[in-house]
Amino acid sequence: MPQTLSINGTDVPLPDDPRVSLLDLLRDHLQLAGVKKGCNQGACGACTVLLDGKERILSCMALAVQYEGRKVTSIEGLAANGTLHPLQQAFIDHDGFQCGYCTPGQICSSIGMVEELRRGVPSHVTDDLSAETIAFSREEIQERMSGNLCRCGAYNGIIAAISETHAKAVR
Amino acid sequence: MNPFTYARAADVDDAVQLAAGSQAKYLGGGTNLVDLLRETLERPTALVDVTGLPSAIEERSDGSLLIGAAATNTAVAEHHSVRTRFPMLTRAISAGASAQIRNMATVGGNILQRTRCNYFYDHAGSRCNKRSPGQGCDAIEGANRNHAILGGSPSCVATHPSDMCVALVALGAVVHLQSTRGTRTLPLTDLHRLPETSPDQETFLKPGELITAVEIPALPFASDSTYRKVRDRASYAFALISVAAAIDVKDDIIQDVRLAFGGVAPKPWRAWNAEAALKGKPATLENFCVAAEAELSDASPLRDNGFKVALTNRTMVAVLDALVREKNGGSNP
Amino acid sequence: MSIVQKIGQTVMKKAAELAPDAWLPGGKPDPLIEHRPALIGAPESRLDGPQKVRGEARFAAEYALDGMVYAALFYSNVPKGRIASIDTSAAEASPGVVLVMTHRNAPPMKPMPLFMTQPKATGGNDLPIFQDDEIHWNGQPIALVLAQTQEQADYASSLILATYLAEPSVTSLSAAKAKGTTPGLFQGEPLKLEIGDAEAALLAAPHRVDSVYRTPRHNHNAIELHAATVFWSDDELTVHDASQGVAHTAWSIAQVFDLKEEQVHVKSPFVGGGFGGKTLWAHQILAAAASKLAGLPVRLVLSREGVYRVVGGRTTTEQRVALGAQSDGTFDALIHTGFVAMTAHNALPEPFILPARCTYAAGSFKLDVEVATVDMLANTFMRAPGESVGSFALESAVDELAEQIGIDPIELRIRNEPEKDPTTGRPHSSRNLVEAYRSGAEKFGWGERNSAPRSRQEGEWLVGMGCATATYPYHRMPGGAARMTLSKDGRVHVEIAAHEMGMGTSTAQTQVIAARLGLPMDHVTFAYGESSMPGMVLAGGSQQTASIGSTIIAANRALVTELLKLTSHDSPLHGLDPDDVIGRDGGLCKIDEPERFESYATLLGRTETGELTVEASAPPPLEAQHWSMHSFGAMFCEVRVNSVTGEVRISRFLGSFDCGRIINAKTAASQFQGGIIMGIGLALMEETQFDERNGRIMNPSLAEYHVPVHMDVPEIDILWTDIPDPHAPMGARGVGEIGITGTAAAIANAIYNACGKRVRDLPITLDKLID
Repeated sequence: MPQTLSINGTDVPLPDDPRVSLLDLLRDHLQLAGVKKGCNQGACGACTVLLDGKERILSCMALAVQYEGRKVTSIEGLAANGTLHPLQQAFIDHDGFQCGYCTPGQICSSIGMVEELRRGVPSHVTDDLSAETIAFSREEIQERMSGNLCRCGAYNGIIAAISETHAKAVR
Repeated sequence: MNPFTYARAADVDDAVQLAAGSQAKYLGGGTNLVDLLRETLERPTALVDVTGLPSAIEERSDGSLLIGAAATNTAVAEHHSVRTRFPMLTRAISAGASAQIRNMATVGGNILQRTRCNYFYDHAGSRCNKRSPGQGCDAIEGANRNHAILGGSPSCVATHPSDMCVALVALGAVVHLQSTRGTRTLPLTDLHRLPETSPDQETFLKPGELITAVEIPALPFASDSTYRKVRDRASYAFALISVAAAIDVKDDIIQDVRLAFGGVAPKPWRAWNAEAALKGKPATLENFCVAAEAELSDASPLRDNGFKVALTNRTMVAVLDALVREKNGGSNP
Repeated sequence: MSIVQKIGQTVMKKAAELAPDAWLPGGKPDPLIEHRPALIGAPESRLDGPQKVRGEARFAAEYALDGMVYAALFYSNVPKGRIASIDTSAAEASPGVVLVMTHRNAPPMKPMPLFMTQPKATGGNDLPIFQDDEIHWNGQPIALVLAQTQEQADYASSLILATYLAEPSVTSLSAAKAKGTTPGLFQGEPLKLEIGDAEAALLAAPHRVDSVYRTPRHNHNAIELHAATVFWSDDELTVHDASQGVAHTAWSIAQVFDLKEEQVHVKSPFVGGGFGGKTLWAHQILAAAASKLAGLPVRLVLSREGVYRVVGGRTTTEQRVALGAQSDGTFDALIHTGFVAMTAHNALPEPFILPARCTYAAGSFKLDVEVATVDMLANTFMRAPGESVGSFALESAVDELAEQIGIDPIELRIRNEPEKDPTTGRPHSSRNLVEAYRSGAEKFGWGERNSAPRSRQEGEWLVGMGCATATYPYHRMPGGAARMTLSKDGRVHVEIAAHEMGMGTSTAQTQVIAARLGLPMDHVTFAYGESSMPGMVLAGGSQQTASIGSTIIAANRALVTELLKLTSHDSPLHGLDPDDVIGRDGGLCKIDEPERFESYATLLGRTETGELTVEASAPPPLEAQHWSMHSFGAMFCEVRVNSVTGEVRISRFLGSFDCGRIINAKTAASQFQGGIIMGIGLALMEETQFDERNGRIMNPSLAEYHVPVHMDVPEIDILWTDIPDPHAPMGARGVGEIGITGTAAAIANAIYNACGKRVRDLPITLDKLID
């Protein structure tokens, strides 16, 4: 039985060469080029994908073989039946990108971030560490999204897109 | 990356067996090791994946906390007991790297991460005693703004980059180790070596030894502890300097205090001298300054990093002052 | 005068006679300025947004070709000398390796044509590539490995061993200055200007400031790594590139390989950020050469370190600014001189004096850029070359003078507002900086500022405000051309060899085309990003909007001319001149009699095919010869400086711009904000660190070269005057670069106001702010 991992719901075999990163597996081997390579050194966040639909990780620092049996979601797996994920639409509405290169990573990261907030994971700017719930503030989003660089400087639009999507979801 | 084999360890015994007798490295979340492999700074022939090993965080009856070494940084930071009883650890971890990296990085891997010295990384163009023993160090007279002011040697002035470890050494954490030869424990303060004449030897771990857990002893006054990191941008940057602190004050007298610095030394730096200077003394700004001076008087700044001495001093004083003020409801005598 | 200007001028006189237009005195302004359709300025979302958010936009490294192999580079580690030996045997024997290429086996190639030496030249330097054993900079690529996988190529490249015969080198600005300097030449003209005796006027002035400001090297750091995916079929080369100049790149590569321009096809529909860095460097050439040698398609993606080693950035500067003023603030002397580091085989002495040429009236001027030559990687254009770092020095000095005189810094600037261009004497086409200051100051709450430093503290944080002037010229380069096809169903397709690297080009231009032709946006398709398309439209100099805009005017005019020729007596448009009609509601009407209308369906019904294709070229850019055409902005910043640690946080920022008419309110705001954010990086954290002993870049990494992250960036408020420039297409002057100008000075000035420390060396890191 071949060893596999699941990418956007499809089982794919692990690479023969253990040096292949999850990022290169996606981009070079599976032609899922929506996930981006910006540094290949864990310093820009462009390669962010989701584990089990909610945990954000950097695919450039992940050896693909380490993720045997895990469920990986890339940007290509977000739009259900062709309908954009609400965050994808909000990024368009708020101009949360310019060149679009860091965008898939920003969007995947946003989804992971919302899950972390929901779970109550504290951040560097969380005042009260004993609090069970963490207020959804601009500063909290900024800090939690700081692992995703955008050189075009679409940060304001990204924060607006995340805030609006979150507000709608809460409502 | 050089070629290597990959094996996933089923348990600790399996891991140490797999790693025995070869040029093997243990692989955690990969957030540092994969980078080092890619740069060919690490060239193991085998990787033993230890992310499936114990990761539970256990509160023990003596008040200590036992953290499985495969626990992710995020799991430790968000754990209720860590947040409430050892907040400096949550603060330190959440000041480090990015959320994605914290989700991947393990406690064991964080402890064993290697320096970010630019000359160490520049294997193709710079000399480095850590990388190639005896080669020389291009950092000592080079661009060394990020380098050590404490604990360095004429061989090496690289700093240890971890935030988490700074809190852990302040808390007196003890590391649990296992190899094919058995188990042992080691205070984290004694795990990393200073460079002296052999900066390539970074720890006192024996060949094949695996970090299986980190134990944080009970420390009641740590429930008000904190960690302050100073860096070149507001987030996602290594520390220029950092301070982990906890202080126990009764009737204005310091009963006990824990202090450690990051970004200033080749290892997470427990400020023993500062602690000694404070114990039994009144908790005053003046005494905080004297204590900082006691720790930093031995500092040996380099061409570009002299500012770290004053910065560490001021930050330490401000952190202690803030902790005392908080306890006193806003005032410090 | 630039080569492009020279070429432009040779045809100018004739062209002016042939095509009188809005670009000459007496010409009619673009009708879209007066008849402003609702689409102009509308905040339309990006048309390529769905592709980008789905991850479906394909970038240069994302084309998979049959049989494709992967490349990795090996770099020198000495700054100057010769390769003594290079052992590639272990690499060649390594698994999966197809080819190792060095100067010993590379095909013959000419050097890249150096930027600005010919109209389509776009090489970052004109050094030989893999043709000899000479080393010109530390980090120069000297070997390339091709292998079946990227992992195999990377590993094999690590097995290469090289030794060098090092030669003495100059690798710091101070060492280079000591060897003597030469006058900077920019676009063929000396960067030198003297009006009156500025040094004497300075000495005589009752108030003066005189300081030196320093800025380090910078890298563009577009998040997309530079990449080329290439293949040859017979003598034709196709390059999937990340390019700011597809036509330029195709022509330049053709020169290198001795091909005809048409034999090279450069395709670049998406560019993951450019900022001046996505032009022609060695990697595209090496990929093509290796592909030729191996007979296989090749993908070459530079590593992040590779980008730093192969692609130049902004150079270091050392600038003196001296201002002499009367007690009322009137400038008697404006001196802006200094040094830039530059390499031989390069044509860009960072022209930091450009803001001083146009921003202030002064009794005398002395402007000068001197070049000190270093043995390092060639420097190049980076967002607002000259203005970005020049405005830091000039606008810091103005703030210092304002404090000395005791006058509000905005008022000081207003008092020195020139009535005409202060150094050329040309009339302004449109200049509304004072209005930008007034509206910006009001919205920002400038009146709350206490001019005394250290007058506001919140806990550990000292709070201050600062302002500065932003400036960037209007450019329109020659060479704009378009193919336009209108069909009976009222749809138009336009092709131009232009670029999208985040500016929203296709969206804004679709708006303009729809507005000009009177069509809904979804009836317009705008194709770009391939060298086979008409035109040579560089995505640089903030000029694409004007260049494409004037091209569309020309194409539309050609189209309308043809359509009118088709009309007969029964047509309401019969007998009208192209200048008499305007597009509306899917057809044409007479401008002043809108009821005289005929639909495109009716007009094209008179053709056999039901469609009409025209090609047209933009007229030469004569407007900038007649008017002083510059955009300006008023930048406002509030900072917090930590009194314990010296950390700086920007708490508020506002940019108030006068850039003519804004085409798309949404994408323009993003361009302004993006420029300002890069300016925040310039001010506070960005530096390409060199080891001055050997010229090696020591922080070739996004972890060690800091660019602003989310947490560094506050909400940025953007205002604009929206006053159209009567001499620019659509009335628009371009918005891509001005945001980075003025920003660093506004921040430095705010820091001074907060904590009383004047920092003149960028970046303003915390070590410069603690005692």
